[in-house]
Amino acid sequence: MSALLELEDLHVWFDLEGGRELHAVQGVTLALDAGQRLGLVGESGCGKTTTVLGVLGLLPPSASVSGRVLLNGRDILAGGEDSIRPHRWTDLAIVFQGAMNALNPVQTVSAQIVEALEVHGLASGRAARARVGELLEAVGIPRDRGERFPHEFSGGMRQRAAMAMALACNPSVLVTDEPTTALDVMVQAQILELLDSLCRDFGLALLLVTHDLPVVAQLCDRAAVMYAGEIVERGPVDALYHDPRHPYTRLLFAATPDLHGNGTPVSIPGAPPRLDRPLEGCPFQPRCDRAFARCVDERPLLRSLEGGRAAACHLNDVVAEKVH
Amino acid sequence: MSVALREPGAVIELEPIRTRRGVVWQTIRRRPSAAVGAVLLLLVLLAALLAPVLAPYDLHKQAGPVFGHPSWSHPLGLDDGGIDMVTLLMWGARISLVVGFAATFVSMVIGGAVGVAAGYFGGKVDTVLMRITDYFLVIPDVPLMIVVAAIWGPSLFHIVIVIGILLWTSTARVIRAQVKSVRERVYVKRARALGAGHARIVFRHVLPQVAPLLIANTVLTIAVAIFDETALSFLGLGDPSRISLGKVIENAFQRAAISTGAWWAIIPPGALVALIILSCSLVGGAIEDALNPRLRVAHLSARSFRLRPLVGRSSDSL
Amino acid sequence: MSSNGRLLEVEDLVVHYPVPRGLVGTVARRPRQLVRAVDGVSFSLARGELLALVGESGCGKTTTAQTILRLVEPAGGRIAFDGRDITSAPNRAMRPLRRRMQIIYQDPYESLDPRLTVRGTVEEPLLIHREGGSKQERAELVRDALVRVELTPPELFLGRYPHELSGGQRQRVAIAASIVLGPELLVADEPVSMLDVSVRAGVLALLDRLREGGLGVLMITHDLSTAARFADRIAVMYLGRIVEQGPAAALVGDPQHPYTKALLSVVPRRDPRDRTRPQILTGEAPDAVRIPPGCRFHPRCPIAIAECREIDPALEPAGSGQGHEAACILAG
Repeated sequence: MSALLELEDLHVWFDLEGGRELHAVQGVTLALDAGQRLGLVGESGCGKTTTVLGVLGLLPPSASVSGRVLLNGRDILAGGEDSIRPHRWTDLAIVFQGAMNALNPVQTVSAQIVEALEVHGLASGRAARARVGELLEAVGIPRDRGERFPHEFSGGMRQRAAMAMALACNPSVLVTDEPTTALDVMVQAQILELLDSLCRDFGLALLLVTHDLPVVAQLCDRAAVMYAGEIVERGPVDALYHDPRHPYTRLLFAATPDLHGNGTPVSIPGAPPRLDRPLEGCPFQPRCDRAFARCVDERPLLRSLEGGRAAACHLNDVVAEKVH
Repeated sequence: MSVALREPGAVIELEPIRTRRGVVWQTIRRRPSAAVGAVLLLLVLLAALLAPVLAPYDLHKQAGPVFGHPSWSHPLGLDDGGIDMVTLLMWGARISLVVGFAATFVSMVIGGAVGVAAGYFGGKVDTVLMRITDYFLVIPDVPLMIVVAAIWGPSLFHIVIVIGILLWTSTARVIRAQVKSVRERVYVKRARALGAGHARIVFRHVLPQVAPLLIANTVLTIAVAIFDETALSFLGLGDPSRISLGKVIENAFQRAAISTGAWWAIIPPGALVALIILSCSLVGGAIEDALNPRLRVAHLSARSFRLRPLVGRSSDSL
Repeated sequence: MSSNGRLLEVEDLVVHYPVPRGLVGTVARRPRQLVRAVDGVSFSLARGELLALVGESGCGKTTTAQTILRLVEPAGGRIAFDGRDITSAPNRAMRPLRRRMQIIYQDPYESLDPRLTVRGTVEEPLLIHREGGSKQERAELVRDALVRVELTPPELFLGRYPHELSGGQRQRVAIAASIVLGPELLVADEPVSMLDVSVRAGVLALLDRLREGGLGVLMITHDLSTAARFADRIAVMYLGRIVEQGPAAALVGDPQHPYTKALLSVVPRRDPRDRTRPQILTGEAPDAVRIPPGCRFHPRCPIAIAECREIDPALEPAGSGQGHEAACILAG
């Protein structure tokens, strides 16, 4: 049985001055089933946003992409922009980072959602406006408020409006990039609750991109941790927290403060490697507290582990060897 | 060049050192329009500067017949007094450029000071200064120049002052807007919180950010100043004792160069003025574009990302 | 040096902004409206203490911090720094005090002048306050400051420009520039919210360590988890008032005010097994122009009663005591 959305060995390069390239995404492989919620977690520069932009074909002309993006088993990346466009918004929708600032300031919110419907030929005129009313209610905006302009909305309301727009064409996959960053904690809770109910009510699969681990812990069943353009660990969020199989996962959780946890958060020394030159060995090795000789020379592959998990770390092989 | 650094605990690598300074120089290097403009301007400047040395003939001695035709020995012919045109152009450019630079200097000093004061202090100071600027803005240029020249007498000094006090307004507005935005930057607020005085903040933190824009504005103002001077001289209001390019055109015009068909007495000086103005506009415009982030339009490109062949498996799991 | 050792005391601080009326409003003589950004805030900070001022946007925490440093003028109340009343001290008098109270800002990418090297940025406070007579002495102080913020060896950083440094390094440079004069009070406005998670703890631990020399730190943050883990005391603000304050552990473990309880209940937890029952308040905080009568929280309060519409509660001891106070008639 194939998953709803599958990424196979996705690579993205960006052209740099002087003929060099930035290898921003280095072989990402993921699967998302219908109705599932997957968190794509990582810090700035790890490639998580570039990955989802690649899936939706929203990369700039300076980017080149390789790999496969399978939607219901069919590769939509094969024909580039032309093969992705039919699926944009109707199957895959995205709420961008800072979505609250991505609304057109000179159009009313309703008008913008109507435009989405009309562009995709789903409805027009009165039918479109009725649908817009339904969508606004679903995201918790009173119908009549749709006639207002974005600057008359608060940050949380604009985020809701952006979500209504993403749902306009009944997609099966919703991608949200940092949906709660720059929102107050109470508004954040409202938005997360809304995402939760929308996914349930509309049967959406959710791909949540964020740097905020607790948000993923609250909303997602599974997560993939990215570092230096690749996935370093993947699995149920519970397992990632209680039994991490990659030092970065463990250290990232340790660096995140928790309201009631014991102990003080600790930083990870150093910084991520530069992606404009080929990497040797494990990309996390210079900062890793458990690195050994093999980590310097040999880059670990993402290997399957028990329980639907995977990790790219030589330590897992060591353990396996010890067992045998 | 990269340097290994030691943040608490481990070694990291830095990006190679890229200088962000020298917007002006970088613009000239990168953008063809600016490079062309800069080269042309340089050539004209050199010719004008070295006129005493390079000019082929004497400026005051008649070298041939009135409105003599262009020939091998006089590539641009002779003017209404029999003087070689090439020589005239070189000497004329000198005066035009001197007036242009001097007037621009006056306008830059006034406009810069007003703009910085209005933008930095805000409030009442801003309101008062901007009202004054508005008054100067609505004065019609040429009539004022005519009146001043008529009353004060046409000397080079007066011309420079008149042009200067008319041109500073646009500089003031542009600088004020930039200063207002720089003033709100966090590092300026930090300097204030540290207890830095106004002078320090303006000279060390605000002016360096404003300088590239001031340079762009200055170069564009030079173009306008030279045009104004040419217009003034053409109208007969220029300094009669000095020959500027405008005066050359005026002389030719007055002495019926057109009806005698002596195009070489009118078109070359006009073309040279146009060339100088064009060069300044190219350089100034290119610097302004380089400083304005909103003019970047890469995201509107119709092209999209490119595809590459598959790389190969990097994992054994799905 | 004041006798009771309180570094900073704030009493009934009030800061108002007039809402611009515009031309129509002025002509129609509409009454001037005020944004009551800070509407009666009282707290104190001891030497060596880290107090976190938490709240959502618009609660007045940033305005409070800026007013303490007299970067914004108060409309009422009293600010005492080391026993001395600075509420309306003129600029001349404030200047020597500015070296004893410093601020670091949220955005490390905008905090540093891009045209100054690290040395230039850290040296500037010395030049402004004419400290460190000779060039060598200043160089020593600069090196010292860089070592204290863990940018070692300092020689590698002195000649660098901000665009060559990471966010965490830039923030450390900003901190170095703030401590080079040896201040007694440091106001940190969201010091780590724009840094990567893996870098935050290091910068916060640095602020923590700097306290050991007697430095008092007032940290503004919207992140309750950070406040819970790093602060000695926490003060929760809502619509220009402090609604609850106390020792961090006590406030987080046993919140007394319904707003604090609701906030703490919705903070996402690290462990997926920690499922709290989130008390999500409806709507958003009203703007600070039209403040509800009585208790300003009562329209959104899940346990409000009739009296809450009439009584505007003051901070009273609540919970376990020991400096734990809450402004709620139903608390404690």
